[in-house]
Amino acid sequence: MKGLWKEFAKGLIKENPIFVLVLGMCPTLAVTTSAENGLGMGVAATAVLLGSNIVISMLRKVIPDKVRIPAYITVIAGFVTIVELLLKAYLPSLDKQLGIFIPLIVVNCIILARAEMFASKNGVVPSIADALGMGLGFTLSLFILGSVREVLGAGQILGFDITGGAVQPATAFILPAGGFLVLGILMGLFNKLTNKKTPTVTDCASCPLQCGVSEEVSK
Amino acid sequence: MKQIIFVIMGTILVENFVLQKFLGVCPFLGVSKKMDSAVGMSGAVVFVMTLASAVTWAVNEYLLVPNELEFLRTISFILVVAALVQFVEIILKRFIKPLYKSLGIYLPLITTNCAVLGVALLNIQRTYGFGMSVLYGFSAGLSFTVALILFSGIRERLETADVPESFKGLPIALISAAFLSLAFMGFQGLFAF
Repeated sequence: MKGLWKEFAKGLIKENPIFVLVLGMCPTLAVTTSAENGLGMGVAATAVLLGSNIVISMLRKVIPDKVRIPAYITVIAGFVTIVELLLKAYLPSLDKQLGIFIPLIVVNCIILARAEMFASKNGVVPSIADALGMGLGFTLSLFILGSVREVLGAGQILGFDITGGAVQPATAFILPAGGFLVLGILMGLFNKLTNKKTPTVTDCASCPLQCGVSEEVSK
Repeated sequence: MKQIIFVIMGTILVENFVLQKFLGVCPFLGVSKKMDSAVGMSGAVVFVMTLASAVTWAVNEYLLVPNELEFLRTISFILVVAALVQFVEIILKRFIKPLYKSLGIYLPLITTNCAVLGVALLNIQRTYGFGMSVLYGFSAGLSFTVALILFSGIRERLETADVPESFKGLPIALISAAFLSLAFMGFQGLFAF
């Protein structure tokens, strides 16, 4: 039980997918114009992550090592399609807001990274814990990012007006430029608070698909 | 002719893929540390995006739509893009050695570049014809190029800048990207197509 808790908790802060692992930057920046959109994207990605982690950990002994990446992508794309159709049917307004970034969950590095680094090496139950922890970490980060941008850029949070018209909101924060700015500052603060060294990443090296493919090529 | 220039300039300046649409942010942050690799990566992206636009358009028009398999779009597009990248790599390696030498190592990185899948999906969403899809794919690649090369110039300067410890590396790069994006907002409404 304690082991499971560890797998779950690591996604929240220690290996936070956005602030520490720096994975899945495109949806992170694009959909966090409001807290609600951030939450929606986080939940959608978590659902896909949970599904793919379960299936891949069950199939980990069946999938041959050489074709594992295409196999993972197919599994992930299947779950993305399910989520896409469900959103279209039951939450059409959210689907409109997130738009093209729903199908683009397929190329979200977080999901493939967890498949490659965790689900392909562990059993079903730890994989579920891992998916839930990582998903929650991703959702929380998106929610924080979305809230900051919504408060500064629109003077609202989850659609409720909080400034009462006393302060003119700075629209730039819900425009693309604000996404880069808020994420940069939050990441800096996160480093400061956790006393971590700055993420050294960004070669996309953490994304196993890219390394996987280039390894295969060099062989 | 005028229309073509409008599409190209509009995509680069007004709806820049990286700075306004947030497609392809990973390689934008990842390979912008050195100008050389930025140029190589950009070349590969323009090449693959143009090809992918053409191929995915054909797949959608002649395979998915007639058989009413539109729900398989995401799966088929990502597999087509992955296969295409491998295929291009093999062809280049075999027949056009010099081009392979300059683009080769960047090609595998492109499979998961969300800008490539993004442009394929946008072409379908906006119901572009074949010619327009290819043109849009090409201009999208160019817009990625412009953003990446400008940004790598900034990052080379940032290396020597005196930045607070916890903001070194990625955070300060993101903040600089914010200002680049803000500058591109000045082009808003310049071209419409």
